[in-house]
Amino acid sequence: MTTDPEWVLSLENVSKNFGGVKALTDVSFRVKPGEVHCLAGENGCGKSTLIKIITGVYTPSPGAKLNILGKEIEHITPALAREMGISVIWQDLALFPHMSVAENISFDEVVGFWPKLVRTETFKPKVEAILKRLNVEMDLDEPIKDLPIAQRQIVAIARALMGNAKLIFMDEPTSSLTQSETNMLMRIVQKLSEDGVAVVFVSHRLAEVLAISSQVTVLRDGYLVGVFPTEGMTQTKLAELMTNLTLVNEVTATPDIDTESILEIENLSRENEFQNVSLNIKKGEIVGLTGLIGAGRTELAHALIGMTKPTSGTIKLGGKEVNFSSIRDAILEGIAYVSEDRLSLGLIQPQSIADNIVTTVLNRILTFMGFVSTKKKETMVNYWIKELAIRIGESSDAVSTLSGGNQQRVVLAKWLATEPQLMILDNPTVGVDVGARAGIFRIVKSLAEQGMGILLISDEVHEVHFNSDRVLVMTNGEINLEHNPLEHSVEQLESIVYA
Amino acid sequence: MPRWKLVANYTVEMRLLVVLVIMCFGLSLASDQFLSLGNLTSLLNNNAVNLIWAVGLLVVLISGGIDISFAVAASVVQYVAAYCFGFLGGGNWILGFLVSGLIGIGLGLINATLIHGFRIISIVITIATFNAFFGLLMFFTSGRNIYNLPSWWTSRIFIFEHQSANGTWSELNLAVAVMIGCVVATWILIRFTGTGRQLYAFGDNPEAARRAGVNIALMQAVAYGWMGMMAGIAGLMQVNIVKEVIPNALYGRELEVLAAVVLGGARLGGGKGSILGCLLGVMFVAITQNGLNLLGVSPFAFQMIIGGSILIAVSTSNIQIGSDLFKNPGKYIRTRY
Repeated sequence: MTTDPEWVLSLENVSKNFGGVKALTDVSFRVKPGEVHCLAGENGCGKSTLIKIITGVYTPSPGAKLNILGKEIEHITPALAREMGISVIWQDLALFPHMSVAENISFDEVVGFWPKLVRTETFKPKVEAILKRLNVEMDLDEPIKDLPIAQRQIVAIARALMGNAKLIFMDEPTSSLTQSETNMLMRIVQKLSEDGVAVVFVSHRLAEVLAISSQVTVLRDGYLVGVFPTEGMTQTKLAELMTNLTLVNEVTATPDIDTESILEIENLSRENEFQNVSLNIKKGEIVGLTGLIGAGRTELAHALIGMTKPTSGTIKLGGKEVNFSSIRDAILEGIAYVSEDRLSLGLIQPQSIADNIVTTVLNRILTFMGFVSTKKKETMVNYWIKELAIRIGESSDAVSTLSGGNQQRVVLAKWLATEPQLMILDNPTVGVDVGARAGIFRIVKSLAEQGMGILLISDEVHEVHFNSDRVLVMTNGEINLEHNPLEHSVEQLESIVYA
Repeated sequence: MPRWKLVANYTVEMRLLVVLVIMCFGLSLASDQFLSLGNLTSLLNNNAVNLIWAVGLLVVLISGGIDISFAVAASVVQYVAAYCFGFLGGGNWILGFLVSGLIGIGLGLINATLIHGFRIISIVITIATFNAFFGLLMFFTSGRNIYNLPSWWTSRIFIFEHQSANGTWSELNLAVAVMIGCVVATWILIRFTGTGRQLYAFGDNPEAARRAGVNIALMQAVAYGWMGMMAGIAGLMQVNIVKEVIPNALYGRELEVLAAVVLGGARLGGGKGSILGCLLGVMFVAITQNGLNLLGVSPFAFQMIIGGSILIAVSTSNIQIGSDLFKNPGKYIRTRY
């Protein structure tokens, strides 16, 4: 490439229909060499369709113009996209767990129809050079399955660079990384950018994305909303662009809750996870718990529900000291835990909505013979669907057919059916559209008003600030600050958490 | 690669090797016949067919599939080949390998086409073809054996002969040479070709392989076609050893071979397995049986011991993961490998 084109990638008039559904309408998208760009939008806005068009997985409707490194491309295929220097790092990384680091990084070199002789040794010098360029050291013979997730991510990046990538798409790259791992990834992205490799982030963690990228392209319902510089962009403004809703953020905290305590924790510690945590949740109180990823929030929740054993300290529930040996014990004592990973842990996706709702309370809907009573089941399912306003076709439809927001309501219904006195919500809005989040929090608030104690764990500072009665900030396994949303602003809380 | 690393990456193989060495040592003390040349050569002669099947099955297991039909397929190949040789005016060894290899590949491709075309898991398809192949074979042959075979096919060919001091002969027959050829060819395929690497990748993470542009239909065709070819060649060599074609002679051998390959560290989920492990697995089963015979133990004990060995091998290789899971549940919850 002798000339230095202005855009590494330039798309114009891209439309795509699936049957009668318009996934993309007249979208354009441009990335400069070495730029860190963010592609933002809600679920179903067309982000992944766009990536799949760029990488040749889908063909756009006629009229689309695709230009890579100054060259007009008539028809793009996955192989051509790779040859032209466009790589995608998928959310699941798409690596081969039983193959070694070197074999994974060099894998794309061996793909082909016709048999050819290959030896991993011949690729090793190039693989080593790439890892050196990224400033990381790795054992090339280690199988991927033995590496932590952050290292796997680096392997995926190195694999993209093996094909001389000029533009790398990263789909939700930080969703399972701790804070220090995220920082390392960000440093690598910075390094790539300096070397002239453009990076496009697709992420729901708006704060992180805004911090590192220079431009953000926003899509909504298959239309381009616009391209904005990230300087001066706030999370709220970005969320509004994505949803086209004016998001009224009002502090919903109730001042001076004076009821008896449901949960009292004193000096709770677990080795390498959290130390000397003390907290108190009263009846009808929503306590927010935030902090950076890896601060020990989820670990604390796991100890509270008996998934792990704390090394020292006490947990009192309703004034009585408890010592759970399993989650079952915790459920019986009235604690419900809505896990972060709804897709794999919270719901049984292929089963029906009704079956999912009653899984926690099967013993309460039995006939005297010990069979599941269809009548009792129906009554219970209908009650919760109505109570939580879950929008469904039939209660016999599979859960996987629902949107993220409605799935989360099914999870809530499932746990509310156990009639808990304390509910722990771990990142309840992950994968839920910004517009649907308010509905979830309205339910949470009304549960608190009925006297339930709620521990709301979230990455997103805004979420806890606006929806909790008080907020605890956790850093490196310790709770070191209590924030009152009625007295201090969300910016103050942000500056503390991200300090 | 440092030596300890080699051991760490081939844990199952190394463990099996140690067990095998200890077993051989014990048997050589318990029975003076065990280490005799005659016993060792007959061990190889008797297991050549199993080894040919085993390396074929290894390729299928690496690609994430399973094949139950190969032993019956070998019987089908024997019959069809015998008919073909009659039609071709007798045939010879070159034609023999060509015909039986091609018929075997054809039968393998039937499996591959059904598995890929209907997206049905391989165990279901190959159980179905196992029954279909066997049923058709019994129907058309009415269960009759064939004794009238071309002489080139049934004549004994030795690649090694030795008369010991007391006058007994020990020899290696052609099947052993063919077996070595098949093992080397499979080793080259899975270890040193791009196709082999893609087979491992497809077995390891099919979706990732698809996204990387691996031709999935081709992978299925290579895996089951290779298995079919090995089944055909094994069928050809089996006839050379027993000098007759019996329709139900090989029926039931598939599970023995499958057990041996799994014992050798091939992962039933795909993406893992080595030639070394495969050879050790088959030899472990063979030597166990041989040892029990020499020691005069009831043949019924054999199956029990093989079953027990598989349980021990499979469960001990999971203990490591189990203890890790206990210490750090989050690791296994987040990553879905």
